[in-house]
Amino acid sequence: MTRELLTGNAAAAWGARLAEVDYIPVYPITPQTEVIEALAQWVAEGTLAARLVTMDSEHSMLTAAGAAAATGARVFTASSSQGLVYGLEMLYTIAGWRVPLVLLNVSRALAAPITLEPDHNDVLAARDSGFLQIHAESCQEVLDSVLMAYRLSEHADVLLPVLVNLDGFYLSFTREPVELPSVEEVREFLPPHKAAHGFSASHVLAQGVAVLGGTGYSFFKYQMQRAAEAALTAHDAIAGEFCRRFGRCYGAVESYRLDDADWVIVMSNSFSTVGKEEVARLRARGEKVGLLRLRLIRPFPDQEIEWLLGDRRAVAVIDQNISIGKGGILFSEVASALRGRTPPPLLSFIGGLGGRRFRSEEFDTIMAALHAAENDGGSVEPTLLYSEAEYRQMMEMLRIAQQGSASTPEK
Amino acid sequence: MPIRREIYKGIKDIPRQEYLAGGTGLCAGCGGLLALRLFHKALGPNVVFVNAAGCLTLLAVFPFTPFHSSWLYTAMASAPAGAQGVRDALDMLIAKGRLSKDENLKVVVVTGDGAAHGIGLQATLAAIHRGLDFYYFCYDNEAFGNTGFQMSPASPFGSRTATTPVTSATPGGTATHKQDLFKLWEAQQPAFVATVSPAYPLDLMDKVARAGQLTGPKLFISLAACPPGWGVEPAESVEIAKLAVDTGVWPLKEVCDGKVVHTVRPHRFRPVEDYLHGQTRYHHLFAPVRQEEILRQLQHDVDRYWAAADADAGEVDNRLATVRA
Ligand SMILES: Cc1ncc(C[n+]2csc(CCOP(=O)(O)OP(=O)(O)O)c2C)c(N)n1
Ligand code: SF4
Repeated sequence: MTRELLTGNAAAAWGARLAEVDYIPVYPITPQTEVIEALAQWVAEGTLAARLVTMDSEHSMLTAAGAAAATGARVFTASSSQGLVYGLEMLYTIAGWRVPLVLLNVSRALAAPITLEPDHNDVLAARDSGFLQIHAESCQEVLDSVLMAYRLSEHADVLLPVLVNLDGFYLSFTREPVELPSVEEVREFLPPHKAAHGFSASHVLAQGVAVLGGTGYSFFKYQMQRAAEAALTAHDAIAGEFCRRFGRCYGAVESYRLDDADWVIVMSNSFSTVGKEEVARLRARGEKVGLLRLRLIRPFPDQEIEWLLGDRRAVAVIDQNISIGKGGILFSEVASALRGRTPPPLLSFIGGLGGRRFRSEEFDTIMAALHAAENDGGSVEPTLLYSEAEYRQMMEMLRIAQQGSASTPEK
Repeated sequence: MPIRREIYKGIKDIPRQEYLAGGTGLCAGCGGLLALRLFHKALGPNVVFVNAAGCLTLLAVFPFTPFHSSWLYTAMASAPAGAQGVRDALDMLIAKGRLSKDENLKVVVVTGDGAAHGIGLQATLAAIHRGLDFYYFCYDNEAFGNTGFQMSPASPFGSRTATTPVTSATPGGTATHKQDLFKLWEAQQPAFVATVSPAYPLDLMDKVARAGQLTGPKLFISLAACPPGWGVEPAESVEIAKLAVDTGVWPLKEVCDGKVVHTVRPHRFRPVEDYLHGQTRYHHLFAPVRQEEILRQLQHDVDRYWAAADADAGEVDNRLATVRA
């Protein structure tokens, strides 16, 4: 075990290296490139016995990844944003093949307008594909999640691919101290891959064959649903073992100052760190508030969330995504987890889009809204976090741009 | 200068062993299926087919498969990338000793012309560029067959498809010319590239067998009569495929030492009309009025092609003569 200062991207690459993957098809996209460059370097210098192939697109990259996994190799690949949605067709396909592999997504908001910084519309577009999803908050968690993801993905009751998510820029390029376990330690936790099925001369196999009619189709989809449900139990066991071996413990959700909290803020990914800071500040002011971080998005830990949130005085979900015409995706998910009982008032906030930072005043607003909601139930519409000042700033820039174009001399 | 057949010289050389069971759900007389059956015979066992969306996707319908070999359906755009994944995984697993060498497989992409020319061309050119060791078998029925015979980039000028209908405003059907996939592939200098036809089984199988001795991309385009799309009887499928070759419309060729060589050259070309006549997709060229201009154009295109090919072949012969002298 050594300790190094690593970016989130480097931690992800180390995860793949320590998992001793066989195959890495790649295609570059900011802010993921550092991951594949690190792996390319290791493969080229021989410190990682894998084959790395630069493909012609994410669609091809994911096809190659899935096909290699279907053949029996341990596979790693990584993408982001436009790349992930470009390959979306294949996410459904690979999950349907029931092959284990790990796909890293470095979150970045989707065009248009095109941008480089994160929110979670990219990864949540893959929400219904059959890929399981783990969302990490820290660089250490990125590495650990990659290792856990292989165990989960290759688990006999699961056999579904896993997507590990980290925020672009905020985590991808932030250096944090990361404990690197040794290859031997990892091998004990994650033994060398033995595929449940694969292509070879003595094993004739038809994969991804057509079904005619809904009965056949439903048969496969229901099996996937059962496998994802089983993944919840499998994840608990894997996380328990990881905790015993490495001393770092990850649940399906993370509770921060939740024990005695009357009020809860729900967040995910790296911006949760900001949320925790704010919770600490509000606590110092005497507010009994806590934070629940969603880590396992698929399978969604409904029961645990119901158990943790059901009896609070009010709950606010902060989404860093927007389902246009509906609102926060995770808000809907949390709300549906609470359907079994009379839920506490549930508030929806949307912010952090395209990397926009949260402000302390906004957490004050959220806190005030939580108090008010206890009495009036709160608004059913999502609150879009955007300030007057930001709006005025945009208008001012527009004005300058228009003035500039109006005064451009004609040629 | 036709190539000498090396492996399949006579009809008796064709093995009786079948790798594709009969009774599939495809149309009777499907030219793509006929060609694939021969193709598989030449490949022998230990094959994995990587397929893109098209008619042949419906060969394997859960829980049945007619193949005595493995099958992976991918998507329409990326079968060659799937082949890359399978090939690389087999190589890695063998290299790492997790799979024994005799477990190795030949990796074969199977797509229609729609996938090969359009949506899948990027993945195909990329696989060739990487020098992937695989076979690519494209059955060219000159349209999107599976979705109801719409125009693809392989649809020939003057033919009718479901999206290039014949109307008073568009009496000629398809106005564009067939995209030259052979040339697109050839330009990248793969290990092997050829056209084949199920009407010329020895030519087809010999090409496959000879290509099998090479490492790298090995590409085959088979003209594939489509009875419902072309408007021919299932029983006429082979005959119409033969007419395509005998009229010069579908030249059988391969690239050898960087030069295109025709492996079958009809001694006397039949008129192109003989090929067009029997197909309802060309009926509008003959009735209610003969569309002389289009018919002349079609014959002209074929004549020009062969004139250039013969000139080229002559050049090769001359060069060979110089070398010999
Ligand atoms: C991304 C995508 N777009 C469209 C389709 C619908 N589709 C299925 S088969 C097919 C036609 C394929 O044509 P071709 O490759 O020529 O094969 P054929 O049907 O003639 O066998 C199409 C368009 C699809 N499966 N995937
Ligand atoms: S539609 Fe044409 S290509 Fe498709 S199965 Fe029928 S004959 Fe074959």
